Amino acid sequence: MSAAPDAPVKRKAPAGTLYRGREGMWSWVAHRVTGVAIFFFLLVHVLDTALVRISPEDYNSVIGTYKNPIMGLGEAGLVAAIVFHAFNGIRIILVDFWAKGPRYQRLMLWIVLGLFVVTMAGFLPRHLMHVFGGE
Amino acid sequence: MSAIADPKAPRAPRARPARLTTRGNTELYGWVFMRASGVILLVLIFGHLFVNLVAGEGVKAIDFGFVAGKWASPFWQVWDLLMLWLAMIHGTNGVRTIVNDYAERDGLRLALKCLLYLAFMVVVVLGTLVIFTFDPCPTGAPADLLPSFCTA
Repeated sequence: MSAAPDAPVKRKAPAGTLYRGREGMWSWVAHRVTGVAIFFFLLVHVLDTALVRISPEDYNSVIGTYKNPIMGLGEAGLVAAIVFHAFNGIRIILVDFWAKGPRYQRLMLWIVLGLFVVTMAGFLPRHLMHVFGGE
Repeated sequence: MSAIADPKAPRAPRARPARLTTRGNTELYGWVFMRASGVILLVLIFGHLFVNLVAGEGVKAIDFGFVAGKWASPFWQVWDLLMLWLAMIHGTNGVRTIVNDYAERDGLRLALKCLLYLAFMVVVVLGTLVIFTFDPCPTGAPADLLPSFCTA
């Protein structure tokens, strides 16, 4: 239910800025959220891998508890977070260092999302086959 | 009207809080590091994910023998060591930025950052020790759990 365009009085948030509430802001939010999620996974991942130093049995039993469909879906989510963070990180670098980067930041976000879809389309079927034992 | 000072006289320098002064370029180096390490991490982590999750049997194949087989080669030792250090510094610096942004109370911010740096130290030291002191063929372990080269 959008109001008439010439009734700016009803607007509460300062809409129509270049950044706020738009692609630039949401990609920044997503970059932070995926970054924190990956960081906490990394802490756990180093700890579980350190079990190889205790004994083969201990490592295998803990890794074994990861090999179920719920953890398999969690791994898919983790990979999705990493792929977005990686491609969006390249976009950030281009915005910072490429003279035309700021002008194309929105287009580059759509390219990031396109590459994300392509990468996940390559990864997910194979990973889910491993997880759900279809192979 | 007598005691009005000359309006063009230089204003007396005002004492500023210490953190507004320039103290080196640490934040600049951190900013550059995030970008440089990010590019390297993209290669290292995509390679790690491909070899561990996509090639061969994927997650199903990951067990002690798989890890031991990889770390028998200095190539993967160096790969994983670089990944560990770069990812931990990159991630710790990122979380530090977020703590600085959102933890407004001084005590809380300090506590969260102390916790963060403690986690950094523990994980980096532990991970580095594991990569370098790892024995792929521990004595007394059942042979069927070990990589095939242990019995050869």
